[in-house]
Amino acid sequence: MSHYALTIHQAQEKLRAREVSAVELSQAVLNRIQDTDQHLHSYLTVCAEEALAQAETADRTLANGATPPPLCGIPIALKDVILAQGVRSTAGSKILEHFVSPYDATVTQRLKEAGAVIIGKVNCDEFAMGSSNENSAFNPCRNPWDTDRVPGGSSGGSASSVAADQTCAALGTDTGGSIRLPAAFCGIVGLKPTYGRVSRFGVVAYASSLDQVGPCTKDVRDCALLLEVIAGHDPRDSTSVNRPTPSYTAHLERGVSGLRIGIPQEYFIEGMQPEVETAVGDAIAHLQVLGAEIVPISLPHTEYAIASYYVIAMAEASSNLARYDGVRYGYRAAEVEDLGALYQTTRAQGFGSEVKRRIALGTYVLSAGYYDAYYVKAQKVRTLIRQDFLDAFKTCDIIATPVAPTTAFRLGEKLADPLTMYLSDIFTIAVNLAGLPGLSVPCGFDQHGLPIGLQLIGRPFDEEALLQAGYAYEQDHDWGARKPPL
Amino acid sequence: MPYESVIGLEVHAQLLTESKIFCGCSTRFGASPNQHTCPVCLGLPGVLPVLNKKVVDFALRAALATHCTVAPTSRWARKNYFYPDLPKGYQISMYELPIAEHGYVEVADQGQAKKVRLTRIHMEEDAGKSIHDAEAGASLVDLNRTGVPLLEIVSEPDIRSAAEAGHYLRSLRALLQYIEVCDGNMEEGSLRCDANVSIRPQGSAELCTRTEIKNLNSFRAVEKAIEHEIQRQSEVVETGDRVVQETRLWDADREVTRPMRSKEFAHDYRYFPDPDLLPLVVDQAWVEHVRAELPELPAARRARFIHDYGLPAYDAEVLTARKDVADYFEASVRACPAAPKVVSNWVMDSVLRFVKEEKLDTALKIETWPCSPEHLGMLIGLIQDGTISTTIAKTVYEEMRQTGHPPEEIIEAKGLRQVSDTDTLQAAITEVLTANPDKVEAYRGGKEKLLGFFVGQVMRATQGKANPQMVNTLLRQKLSQ
Repeated sequence: MSHYALTIHQAQEKLRAREVSAVELSQAVLNRIQDTDQHLHSYLTVCAEEALAQAETADRTLANGATPPPLCGIPIALKDVILAQGVRSTAGSKILEHFVSPYDATVTQRLKEAGAVIIGKVNCDEFAMGSSNENSAFNPCRNPWDTDRVPGGSSGGSASSVAADQTCAALGTDTGGSIRLPAAFCGIVGLKPTYGRVSRFGVVAYASSLDQVGPCTKDVRDCALLLEVIAGHDPRDSTSVNRPTPSYTAHLERGVSGLRIGIPQEYFIEGMQPEVETAVGDAIAHLQVLGAEIVPISLPHTEYAIASYYVIAMAEASSNLARYDGVRYGYRAAEVEDLGALYQTTRAQGFGSEVKRRIALGTYVLSAGYYDAYYVKAQKVRTLIRQDFLDAFKTCDIIATPVAPTTAFRLGEKLADPLTMYLSDIFTIAVNLAGLPGLSVPCGFDQHGLPIGLQLIGRPFDEEALLQAGYAYEQDHDWGARKPPL
Repeated sequence: MPYESVIGLEVHAQLLTESKIFCGCSTRFGASPNQHTCPVCLGLPGVLPVLNKKVVDFALRAALATHCTVAPTSRWARKNYFYPDLPKGYQISMYELPIAEHGYVEVADQGQAKKVRLTRIHMEEDAGKSIHDAEAGASLVDLNRTGVPLLEIVSEPDIRSAAEAGHYLRSLRALLQYIEVCDGNMEEGSLRCDANVSIRPQGSAELCTRTEIKNLNSFRAVEKAIEHEIQRQSEVVETGDRVVQETRLWDADREVTRPMRSKEFAHDYRYFPDPDLLPLVVDQAWVEHVRAELPELPAARRARFIHDYGLPAYDAEVLTARKDVADYFEASVRACPAAPKVVSNWVMDSVLRFVKEEKLDTALKIETWPCSPEHLGMLIGLIQDGTISTTIAKTVYEEMRQTGHPPEEIIEAKGLRQVSDTDTLQAAITEVLTANPDKVEAYRGGKEKLLGFFVGQVMRATQGKANPQMVNTLLRQKLSQ
């Protein structure tokens, strides 16, 4: 097996056994990027030099005999909304095209402390707003399984780079499904942790009350490993929760015996791609065979999730993106008459159309006279949706659903109609509104050879149950181990 | 028709915390531009605010000192508007749920006390400073002030005149200085004030259309601007027009208010709860902890000064207007417990005049004053026991102020001890009377006013060191012989 195809845990073993050096591993990954990225555009910035220097440091650590830190010498890619000191961080936007961050995000810092090699910054929808990666201000990223298709969004580059072995693993962010959807479309494992589990400090904000950083990995064990490194309280993020981080890898093999899995009737809808329904149904049946108990449940407010999400997310976005004004950093329109024109022209030229649409909608719903009707109402719906889940968790331990109603669609297919595009997130959005953890695990392929994802949703801070169930399922299937035809 | 004015003030007080409200940067005034900044207060991508707990302590102090009800849960809100000195494009403030509500400030006005009610107190972050005229064709931005904590203190429309607005503001400032949360310097902008002004027919209870006046950066500006605005509104109504609700700027040079251009203020701030900060929960234990550390407040101290030291109300009011002055007074009295009224006279006269001359308006620490209160108390004690006269004491005080030496040392070194020895005084008196036989005759002939002349001559002959009471007595005796 080529070095670049290694999972984190496989690479860990080989590095510690000195069968491969960290420099060789990083070089293999860099070569792989060089060979394949013209077809995929996963990367916006490749940190070749820095990565090799970090790998050399890792080799020295590995050579000195003591137990190395968990990710020592392991290449990890960062979604371009996650900041790394001295590295360009565009957030997929023209307005930050030349922005070099002067500081590390907390997750970046934790990766570095764990010995990881930051291999580069990967593509995403502009400011993480999108479900297809087509909103990237740069070349949109492609799906490795079919380069005419989208990798899903917004963490498209995170998913495609992992699926195409352009990195061992990546971090993405998930605001309404932005890790889970691309993970499903690209056939990898993706986890959105509980809101507050992972620090948001140093992550370019889209919708602050929904954003969460999570792992995109080749298998469930890697996912647990990576989460273990990035999770935990951060005094720099007031919304990060101060409770101990369990060892997610320690009890990974616990199995699903006696686990009650809830199946929400609202998540198996008309118009779903039949292969998706079948694959997800088979996966649930398999978990039952493994000893889980299947419980029908209801999440009655599901149909209001998308509407509520877009009001809240856009409201927060309209405020979060106000700082990109051309005054202190980032793109600045030239030759403007006055301050008003500076703002208008900078933002008109610097932002893409989807971002502008969301800022406009967000500004509208927060305006005097509309605030109660939209924002306050949406927050009430959000409370009901969270309550639906908490009620459901009285009779089940985790919930299983599809990640998306379809497999990856073609580039351009949904661009003209934002509403259709928004529906891609119909099964993932409620999880963000409720602040719950959600895992996407590969569970099959459709007739075109496109991956299908199973979503497992857990109680707040019960990532462990999701990883255990995902791991148990994964042991009996090779979906995730299959490689795209690149 | 006689009109009554209805005035409410919105005061912004910069808090004296060491660091900013949502990051660790220094709040020190006067640094070079943009020196006290970091990714958080610069509003870089990805940064998050973390609340400085000290700011809450300060807000609670102010809330308790103004008899407010503290909210068990309050909430941060974003106030959205674009301006180059506002890096995030929004200000973190409080909106629907402020930290404190329903308080009052006791306004002392020459013995008369009045309560001005407070609507609310909330915390927020300050914006930076825009500098428009330093460079041609460009505006400069200094973000040192960005994120410095502010309290916004909003009064009910309980104020009825420009003068009363001044009294309220002075009382509030004194209170904030007392509890050591704000230095109260209006010129440097650490205390800022906007006024809401309306008028209504005398005796009416309704609230009429108001205007908001901004740019009031001195007590004088507050009083003048309100006075002018009341006059302007009266004229508008007298001519049959209606007052328009608007924001007006005080032009201190021309002494008029003028409407702000609509571009100078935003219409809709689109407030919403800040998702980056948790609701602020203040439990009773926190409130009680702050209450326990609260110093004695001006009103209570005023009453105590009258009761314990037997001071007139006027003295008590003047001395307690500033915590540092009141502290100074009490420390002086400790060194001279027998004569609090004399100490009061000295503090009000010499000390306060000096403070004013030296513009020590914002100094909150008496340790930095040149003459220690202990020394002043000792000096007054020396007057009381006849060691020196009041006149000599003034000379000694000047010397103390300049050198910081204790009074006895100065008196000894300069030989200023009062002459109370009868023989010495008799000799001086005899000399003076012998030298002025005509005046002695005139005195004895009924011109008793001449006693002052003789006293003066004796004092001069003893370089002012003669005990004036004794000189008086001895002179009378001698002249009546």
